Amino acid sequence: MAAALGALGVRQGRRVVVAEVQQRSDVEHVVTAAGADHVSIDPQAAMEEYLRDQLPGPLAEALAASRAFAYFAAATPGMRELLTAGKIWELAQDERRTPGARPYDLVVVDAPATGHGVAVLAAPRTFADAAMVGPIARQGRIISEMLGDPARTAVVAVTTPEEMPVNETLALRAALAADAGQRPALIVVNALRRLRLTAQEAARLEAEADGHPAVAAALAAHRHAGEQRSQLRRLRRHARGTPTVTLPFTPGEPDVAALARRLEEAVR
Amino acid sequence: MRSIDERISGKRILICAGSGGVGKTTTSAALAMGLAARGQTVAVVTIDPAKRLADSLGLDRLGNEPRLVDPARFAGHGIEMRGELWAMTLDPKHTFDELIEQLAPDERTREEVLGNRIYQELSSAVAGSQEFTAIAKLYELDRSGRFDVLVLDTPPSRNALDFLDAPDRLTNFFEGRALRVFLAPTGLAAKLMGRSTSVVFSVLKRVTGVDLLQDLSVFFRALGGLIDGFRERAAGVKALLADPATTFLIVTSPEREPVEEAIFFAGKLAEAGMPFGGLIVNRVTPDDGLGAEPGDVVAELAPRLGDELAAKVAAAYADARVLAERDAANVRRLRAEVGDDDPLLIPQLGGDVHDVDGLVRVHAHLFGEA
Repeated sequence: MAAALGALGVRQGRRVVVAEVQQRSDVEHVVTAAGADHVSIDPQAAMEEYLRDQLPGPLAEALAASRAFAYFAAATPGMRELLTAGKIWELAQDERRTPGARPYDLVVVDAPATGHGVAVLAAPRTFADAAMVGPIARQGRIISEMLGDPARTAVVAVTTPEEMPVNETLALRAALAADAGQRPALIVVNALRRLRLTAQEAARLEAEADGHPAVAAALAAHRHAGEQRSQLRRLRRHARGTPTVTLPFTPGEPDVAALARRLEEAVR
Repeated sequence: MRSIDERISGKRILICAGSGGVGKTTTSAALAMGLAARGQTVAVVTIDPAKRLADSLGLDRLGNEPRLVDPARFAGHGIEMRGELWAMTLDPKHTFDELIEQLAPDERTREEVLGNRIYQELSSAVAGSQEFTAIAKLYELDRSGRFDVLVLDTPPSRNALDFLDAPDRLTNFFEGRALRVFLAPTGLAAKLMGRSTSVVFSVLKRVTGVDLLQDLSVFFRALGGLIDGFRERAAGVKALLADPATTFLIVTSPEREPVEEAIFFAGKLAEAGMPFGGLIVNRVTPDDGLGAEPGDVVAELAPRLGDELAAKVAAAYADARVLAERDAANVRRLRAEVGDDDPLLIPQLGGDVHDVDGLVRVHAHLFGEA
């Protein structure tokens, strides 16, 4: 879905980067094929970049090479999340801190699963609160203001119309509001099965009950599609005020360009 | 395989691993229920069950201890409980607090860690803490000797390694230089308290701000008091994971991403020398009876159902064929890559499986009674 949003941004003529938080080998080529840049955020590299930006060269080198400092960073709870959020912020700046890096109009982040994703969004604020004063507090506040500002940062929740994913999405919505001061701008409901039969047709097939494998398959598909629709209704009922977009189920590899077109139609 | 029985008999600890959203919780609960029905005292530790599954087992978020599931809940579903089924939902933050309470050498250390702002604000948010607390709880339940079998539903984690690595990471942390650097009399902790102004310290101060540093140094110093306890616990947990009475079951669905993750995890299990018990593939579209071409189906059904309905049925049938082919291909890939020639395949069960009735149906497939 991140790749599809990236492709949509490119179609609209924007300079786009898709940032991955957990390394995956299979997404990069899809993203670059769509004309967007791809980065994989590595907290260790982000830390070194940050130090080089903050400190005079020799000091930064000394610190980056210091074992004590590496342990300190690795052992501090939440440090990885903070560095990840910091790098996302850096990618979004008009004047990039990374020397020679070009600016982007749109940064799409493929965030980790719900709980961890919220932790990344919330880390800057947590550190800002914990530090209270000093550069970390100041920068933490700047980053959390960007991530918490609906005008600059949109959180897109991606789910499927099944019971557990819907629960998780509703929990995400609550956690976003509580921990990161955010709310989803859009909920994308993926893999919605087609509802082919009318209730009347299904009842007729049930009544025939002739055990024909095609009839059994059609009825099973009908039930599944019906359950999905009731989950979708539940999601919409509980997430009132957040727009939802559905995308149809496809059994094979997702077609990123088709997804992008569909998203474009849906959000128009 | 027809039944999971042969893979788990004699095992004391069953760990169900796999991606999120593949029916791991339901599988774990159905497995535990089946073993309890056969006369054993079983506890299932779940992480985040669907609300209705939790309700149907009488689980709530309070307590962080297993509770006996009322056998009457299963009576109406043809399941006679000869043993006992206990169930709990893990609360990572609570478990971590308990662990600190158990391991702290004295009250002062305990209060220092639990009261530390860094610990409070960050202990629950950190990735990996769920993994560690889940096995810490498992270890504690195993040591209690109250249960014949423990079933653990692992946290949904993109990186399965987090789970296997948790005890090692903790041991390395405590045995490694990290803490020594902080705790040595001339170490960082001492420096942070203001007795020295080394380059590293003054730079750290500049980068982070002083308050945060002091909280951190108090945090690390207090943790230092827990070293022995933590080291012992982590070693125990690691031994438990590698114990011959422990087995890992990999749960997946026949879709691309969970399949890749299952293959990856199986490789890591083998690498780490952990015991692998077998593969359970949920939600497989059965391919029997799907031989006919959709065109022939229309011709066959049209006289009875009319052209329009016959065409709709044939279209749904064609979808099912594509899905069954995809699933079969993924199962073949799993067989070849995971090293389980005979995985347990559980069909896509119509209707909802997040209630006792659903558990009973999954159970029937798990134990070969379907």
